[in-house]
Amino acid sequence: MSESLATVSYIGATILFILSLGGLSNPETSRRGNLYGMIGMALAVLATVFGPRVTMSGIPWIIGAMVVGGSVGIYAARVVKMTQMPELVALMHSLVGLAACLVGFASYIDPSVQLAGAEKAIHEMEIYIGILIGAVTFSGSIIAFGKLSGKIGGKPLLLPARHLMNLVGLLIVIFFGWQFLHAESVSAGMMPLIVMTVIALLFGIHMVMAIGGADMPVVVSMLNSYSGWAAAATGFMLNNDLLIVTGALVGSSGAILSYIMCRAMARNFISVIAGGFGTGGGAPAAASGDAQPAGEVVAISAAETAELLREARNVIIVPGYGMAVAQAQHTVNEITQYLREQGVNVRFGIHPVAGRMPGHMNVLLAEARVPYDIVMEMDELNEDFPDTDVAMVIGANDIVNPSAQDDPNSPIAGMPVLEVWKAKTSIVMKRSMASGYAGVDNPLFYKDNNRMLFGDAKKMLEEVFVALKA
Amino acid sequence: MTLMIGIPREISAGEKRVATVPDVVEKLIKLGFKVAVESGAGDAANFSDEVYRAAGAEIIDGAAKLWVASDIVFKVRGPTAEEVGLMREGGTLVSFIWPAQNPELMQQLAAKKTTVLAIDSLPRTLSRAQKMDALTSQAGVAGYRAVIEAANAFGRFFNGQITAAGKVPPAKVFIAGAGVAGLAAIGTAVSLGAIVRANDTRAEVADQVVSLGGEFVKVDYEEEGSGGGGYAKVMSEGFQQAQREMYAKQAKEVDIIITTALIPGKPAPRLITAEMVKSMKPGSVIVDMAAEQGGNCELTEPGQAVVKHGVTIVGYTDLVSRLSKQSSTLYATNLFRLTEELCKTKDGIINVNMDDDAIRGLTVIKEGNITWPPPAPKLPAAPAKPAAAKAAAPAAKGHGGGGSNEPMAGGKLAIMFGVAALIFLFVGAYAPAAFLGHFTVFVLACFVGYMVVWNVTPALHTPLMSVTNAISSIIALGALVQIAPPVDGADGRGLILALAVAALALTAVNMFGGFAVTQRMLAMFRK
Repeated sequence: MSESLATVSYIGATILFILSLGGLSNPETSRRGNLYGMIGMALAVLATVFGPRVTMSGIPWIIGAMVVGGSVGIYAARVVKMTQMPELVALMHSLVGLAACLVGFASYIDPSVQLAGAEKAIHEMEIYIGILIGAVTFSGSIIAFGKLSGKIGGKPLLLPARHLMNLVGLLIVIFFGWQFLHAESVSAGMMPLIVMTVIALLFGIHMVMAIGGADMPVVVSMLNSYSGWAAAATGFMLNNDLLIVTGALVGSSGAILSYIMCRAMARNFISVIAGGFGTGGGAPAAASGDAQPAGEVVAISAAETAELLREARNVIIVPGYGMAVAQAQHTVNEITQYLREQGVNVRFGIHPVAGRMPGHMNVLLAEARVPYDIVMEMDELNEDFPDTDVAMVIGANDIVNPSAQDDPNSPIAGMPVLEVWKAKTSIVMKRSMASGYAGVDNPLFYKDNNRMLFGDAKKMLEEVFVALKA
Repeated sequence: MTLMIGIPREISAGEKRVATVPDVVEKLIKLGFKVAVESGAGDAANFSDEVYRAAGAEIIDGAAKLWVASDIVFKVRGPTAEEVGLMREGGTLVSFIWPAQNPELMQQLAAKKTTVLAIDSLPRTLSRAQKMDALTSQAGVAGYRAVIEAANAFGRFFNGQITAAGKVPPAKVFIAGAGVAGLAAIGTAVSLGAIVRANDTRAEVADQVVSLGGEFVKVDYEEEGSGGGGYAKVMSEGFQQAQREMYAKQAKEVDIIITTALIPGKPAPRLITAEMVKSMKPGSVIVDMAAEQGGNCELTEPGQAVVKHGVTIVGYTDLVSRLSKQSSTLYATNLFRLTEELCKTKDGIINVNMDDDAIRGLTVIKEGNITWPPPAPKLPAAPAKPAAAKAAAPAAKGHGGGGSNEPMAGGKLAIMFGVAALIFLFVGAYAPAAFLGHFTVFVLACFVGYMVVWNVTPALHTPLMSVTNAISSIIALGALVQIAPPVDGADGRGLILALAVAALALTAVNMFGGFAVTQRMLAMFRK
């Protein structure tokens, strides 16, 4: 296959990738979108393998690596539970980061590329930056994976003078970058490159460690963005436009998602990355400590919940991470189906940051076969709460906290929230009275029209379902 | 010299209120005033002369003597021409005046060199003035009474019950206008157990309706609003049309309608047509609180309760007087608060301080000079805002629900453009041509990505991440070209091969796993 033929294949692949992302604008077209992505990828890989830059001697290696990696990937995709999606995605980001590092190193020691002057400097800078981004993505994603899967505690780790440390790290990276560019030979350049990689790895770890559990959706989408930029940097390094385009697509997609997530939490992107949310709010929370929410917490039984649901005409269910943890989505669907058969208008209200990654709740509900047209965004049904008889909050806390609107001192002040307290009755299912990830007390629990259903979400919902059918 | 506050008997037909009550008399005396009450002034509100006397008031027989004796007169209704004639030259009067509607009365009062504080002209937006706001206190009483009148005329319970004798559905009440009276009616009807809906042209009161336990019924008129042409006019006609449709729909559904819609200084808007009344269930009730201003319902007969098409239409104009003890007490307290403001020295002498915003607004005649209307206070243009926000909301929706449509602040935008320009300048100055080609592609791809991703529906954000993750394994290409390049470099070949094969295996995990898991996820999304 000639160089030109490979190039047009790349253009085709680019278009397919864009169509793939475009297809996701609507659940109807999304499956086709994914198919476009697969075809594009196959086209790109085949065009490269049979293109002018790969000789036949590499084919066995290629097939071997693809078969091994591919089967691992497909196996993982088959067995992963939908509640574990955030972990899987984080882990996969780390693979992209690691691959970017490896490709960067390989490219650096590759003697076949002979450049001089500005071109050499740019090429080396590309390698340097590519490895930098790749390493940060790799270690950051590994930590994110650990946090999401519960292997590492969700609490933000705040080292003293962390901003200073990051700054020093950045200066060292820049210094070694300068060293690296002026290195005489490949072996002389290796040392700065490795030092930088280590610092980048540490930086990635530190960055994600400092971020609280509630901010995980931002982190996951940010790492998604990084993995794209890593690919784009690799593309610059290898003079490959397809890599650049694809990397840029993925990078901007992740960046937009991060932005959406930040806005959904009324947070500044920089402050999330700088870390420490969830404890930084400690001081104001203590200050307003004497303004304990007034009123009593009224508990309710599963049977009473069923009674309320049976008599309701409009029900909105607000799921949160607690539903994912308890794996309660199937029971939720059974209850929903039953109520809908009885003519009850059941809908789901999804907060943009519910769960641990963007769109997490939608995927769980889709897995449980809840029809997606009754699953609404926050903005679509927030105004409907006053007309709602029962708002059922399953394992969510901060996203239904009225102090985001009422209390300007609250750490979550200004965050858009689902106004469940405006429903005639709200029922909050929780394991205990513990506060959410933001560490803020929730005045909702003390409202007159609120009831608490304590217990494991799945177990309690099963009891509710039994009582409903009785 | 302490001043005498005089309370004449209200002489308007059907007016049962009185401008002060015994409890308040005591307080006025503590402020240093003397109080005189016309004999029989409180009878209609169940306050006898004895009680007033016990509270320290002087009882004077006959209006003429009282008016002459009083330095300050507290009244409920504005004085009649005769009463003005009785008034002392240079005296002070506090009562409802409605200066806009009663120019002749204003002239008569001015001719007598009086000072007049019109309680209806209080600047209500001052929070300090709320304690003196008699319009609010009286409207609240009227709203309460309207529900009671409705309950009286309605043949069923308000609250739904399930009893041994059968099931009783709750009454459905619709309240047009959520001003003070409307809100009081909502609260009362809710507390009786009815299902209450309410509407108001001011969208911002929706929260207040909800907070009292009512439902806010919106007028669905936004699509008409964008008709273009004579914008405001089309808007208002379209709005009225939509409003009529909404009322017609409510009329068919509800058992009780209470209308409170008033436009100051104008006849009440006709909201309920005869057809709507016909469409109501027999036994339904309409209470028209705007009856005095012509009524919100076409069939209202002011001052009477009539049955038309099987619907009782209550058009009483004296709802407040029907609760005269309560309304008098509240009104008396409002006037007492005003007196406190006028007499800060507590020495029984009033000081009409025209620098005080509240007093300035109230004072319509100062020593014979008409000072009404007061200079326009700085009114916040609050109602315009929600409308603007509403208009923006659907626009934002179009942007994939993400909608970062709010234009960035000018300064911020300028800085961003500046930074971008600097970066481009730097790249343009130093980078070789080959790099620029890639750079072009990169920048354009970022923009394409930006445009495409904003259109992704939030429900699909997780699949978006997993598919972009899969796509980012395009980095495999980097590994592929290093596995077996056509130029066979000697040294380091083995290491490069090992690195490239490892990278390829890693990305293959991603590539296959990512697409497979996306496929699995998307297959679950179904209607």
